[in-house]
Amino acid sequence: MTDIQAGPGAAVAAPGSVSVPAIELDNVVKEYTSHGEVVRAVKGVSLAIAEGEFFSLLGPSGCGKTTSMRMIAGFEDPTQGVVRLHGEDVTHVPPNKRDINMVFQSYALFPHMNVWDNVAFGLRRKKVPDAEITRRVGEILEVVDLTGREKRRPKEMSGGQQQRVALARALVNRPRALLLDEPLGALDLKLRQAMQIELKRIQREVGITFVYVTHDQSEALTMSDRIAVMNDGLVEQLAEPREIYERPASKFVAGFIGTSNLFSGTVQQVSGDTAVLALGPSDRILVPADGALSTGQAVDLTVRPEKIKLAKEQPEGDLSVVRGTVAEVVYLGTYNSYVVVLGDGAEITVFEQNANDSTITAERGDEVWLSWQPWHSYALR
Amino acid sequence: MSRLRASLTPYALLFPGTLWLAIFFVIPTVVMLSLSLQSGDVVNGYAFTFNWHSYVDGISTYHDQIIRSLVYGLASTLIQIVIGFPVAYWIAFKGGSRKSVYLFMLLLPFLVSFVLRTISWQFFLSDNGLLLGPLKSAGLVPQDFHILATSAAVIGGLAYNFLPFMILPMYVALERIDPRVLEAAQDLYASKAQTFLRVVLPLSLPGVFAGVLMTFVPATSDYVNASVLGGTSNTMVGNVIQNQFLINQDYPTASALSFTLMALLLVGIFAYARALGTEDVLEVAAR
Repeated sequence: MTDIQAGPGAAVAAPGSVSVPAIELDNVVKEYTSHGEVVRAVKGVSLAIAEGEFFSLLGPSGCGKTTSMRMIAGFEDPTQGVVRLHGEDVTHVPPNKRDINMVFQSYALFPHMNVWDNVAFGLRRKKVPDAEITRRVGEILEVVDLTGREKRRPKEMSGGQQQRVALARALVNRPRALLLDEPLGALDLKLRQAMQIELKRIQREVGITFVYVTHDQSEALTMSDRIAVMNDGLVEQLAEPREIYERPASKFVAGFIGTSNLFSGTVQQVSGDTAVLALGPSDRILVPADGALSTGQAVDLTVRPEKIKLAKEQPEGDLSVVRGTVAEVVYLGTYNSYVVVLGDGAEITVFEQNANDSTITAERGDEVWLSWQPWHSYALR
Repeated sequence: MSRLRASLTPYALLFPGTLWLAIFFVIPTVVMLSLSLQSGDVVNGYAFTFNWHSYVDGISTYHDQIIRSLVYGLASTLIQIVIGFPVAYWIAFKGGSRKSVYLFMLLLPFLVSFVLRTISWQFFLSDNGLLLGPLKSAGLVPQDFHILATSAAVIGGLAYNFLPFMILPMYVALERIDPRVLEAAQDLYASKAQTFLRVVLPLSLPGVFAGVLMTFVPATSDYVNASVLGGTSNTMVGNVIQNQFLINQDYPTASALSFTLMALLLVGIFAYARALGTEDVLEVAAR
């Protein structure tokens, strides 16, 4: 496990990269048989995670993200494809022979052991000398701020503390990668946000590759270097958080990450860099053509709610403009959320910052104009 | 008013149980205690003399049977652990969606009366019965070979009759183990054997503990197996007590022996709890 072999496939899977990826899934498929029916949980996933990266697998439940992680950990045998750790093929290597550790959903701490024994478990199995175990367990308990609680049993601790024991139990082994399966799912919002920052800090400190499975898009956006958005057993988009938010690759990604407004229409004309979609008599949507759009072409596009301006008068200038009626106004503290119904019945969500005062611009039933800059329309392929 | 009612509610809820214990446990115990300290005989009647001679005589006359009962109880309990643990483990971890079917199959024979089941074993194991008859006519075992009236037959009968009470608590403890905890052990470099020894076994101990309590006590005081499957050299203290009560009508000796057995079992249980560290064990059980 300790020597790194750059397998022949490694160079192919990560072209141009100098170092071998820490973790690689090469066209991995996982099928189950359930009640005589074959279920394809993962339908061919390929990805390469770089050394030291904070990588998230994000998607709704049943999208295959947990199964993908369990194949990296070794708990599931892929039906097809290859799993490589630092270039070495580990597809059929059992989990206890892999140099990676996992933080389980609901922690899976050993209930019959105290904190110290829980954390020391992996080192003892690896036959690390006692003096070194004492030193390393003490050190890691300091990192996760649990010094003085060595004798506690898991059930005598709060959820947040158990979470940190689970983290320490994995990190103390100095794994080459850490897998985290919805580790913050059981915590309340405040603690979850604090732990997000904490996790990010620990990851920077120890410099280990983190693979983070979550269904919480804001968690993934906050912490990750890169995100793979999964749906129905496939990766829909693999990119940095900003890219995924600003330039979603599909309708699914646009809908799953944050709130977005989807429009469908036909290109009426292309003038310069801008394509124009007409929706109604006074409505038009401008989209950057990017040389890819031509007249008569059908387009799906998405606009984020915070990019849209809401006004009682028709706005001036080269803007996308649509008319509608306010159906719902929700005051949310830092911003107001409006639901505006267009002439064709489509519902558009608009966020308006409470930047200057807390007065609400429009009320239920008001006729309003919605406008946004052409480059805020993002055409989906 | 409502506060008064609220403070009385726990007592009201405890009342039926307390009444039950008083009638069926406390009163008989007190009656037996008084019986054990009486003197006399069945013809002239017994009188309370506060005399310990029934204990002294009972123990000195029947110490063989008392020791034999403890040995048989212990042996049958160990056999049940050895047989029962793999069964409980298999149902809990490999039973899949049919767990309850297997548990039901396990309990099915026990819907038949205890005595009847023991008698059918007697029938099956008898000197020229279903098992030994064909073996003897085939010449595979000697003609004078017998299973009944041996210690093995009685211990085997005890192990058989109380087996479900061993398996069920062990099954419950094993079934409650979160499979992710086992995966965590594997993830932390434990082999299958280490996972079993370090995680599964310690977590199943509360179940084993409960199983031992539920089988050792009734097995030690049992008299049915010894009288149906055993011979004159296999009598247990339960048989002696039964004889003294129902045949000789020597109530003081029978009661004194009962109390002696009860005291021995209590001491045994406490020593066992102490050795296993019940606090730890029960703490895990209460998780």
